[in-house]
Amino acid sequence: MVPLSWYLVLSAILFCLGIFGFLLKRNIITIFMSIELMLNAVNLSFVAFANYWNQHAGDPGVSVVPLSGHVFVFFVMVVAAAEAAVGLAIIISVFRTRETLNVDRVNLLKL
Amino acid sequence: MVHQILFIVFGLICVAGAINLLVQRHPINSALSLVVVMMALSLIYLLLGAEFVAAVQVIVYAGAIMVLFVFVIMLLNAGEEERSRGSRIALLVGVPGVIVMAGTVGWTLIYKSQHLGNVTIGSTDFGETHNVAHLLFSTFLLPFEITSVLILIAIMGAVVLGKREG
Repeated sequence: MVPLSWYLVLSAILFCLGIFGFLLKRNIITIFMSIELMLNAVNLSFVAFANYWNQHAGDPGVSVVPLSGHVFVFFVMVVAAAEAAVGLAIIISVFRTRETLNVDRVNLLKL
Repeated sequence: MVHQILFIVFGLICVAGAINLLVQRHPINSALSLVVVMMALSLIYLLLGAEFVAAVQVIVYAGAIMVLFVFVIMLLNAGEEERSRGSRIALLVGVPGVIVMAGTVGWTLIYKSQHLGNVTIGSTDFGETHNVAHLLFSTFLLPFEITSVLILIAIMGAVVLGKREG
């Protein structure tokens, strides 16, 4: 028996570490990995809620599709895979034109 | 009791890997610690009875996506991260904002944990592939087909972006 809140707190910790990486890291690849970390944190809370609602599926006043959390995690993973492919292609093309991976040097659009 | 010990062990591995991702300055070390986080997360999914999700987590995330990352890191010969000034707005607004958000969310979850109830260790017949597949090909058929179009568009986008202009 583990309280549901433990899983949600772990998910929140991972999400916040992902935001820290996104804000503080200067390497574009590490920033991208921080985004993946945030997606993973959200997936964890989806799976925890899926387990929780599966136990309460028969309760009065509860109408859930059991396992829909798992299906949603599946969709998040599909989108993450597509995002990783496109994002890494963008990183390669940025590196080709700017010869750097430091986000502070990719600042042509900055005022 | 076993559930709690396993959760704490895997949760600590997760958090340690995520912190190591932030601390390391070389991207390849960050990528490998992200693999550790993903493997520990897949074990946590198994604790929750999500067999299919745990397997997909290992195969797709720790396998395919991280191989892509490592491949790009090696292709671009990425070295140690340069220390540069960074964004002042991120430091002054972002970091305190995240700390406040983490504190609020964590405190609320712990304070209200009585109302949230408990999670039991997952039974193995709950999230197995058969059940997820049945749902995926009946209730969620249309979104499933749309994701295949999304993947196709992403492949074409990656090819167009990766092509050398000339």
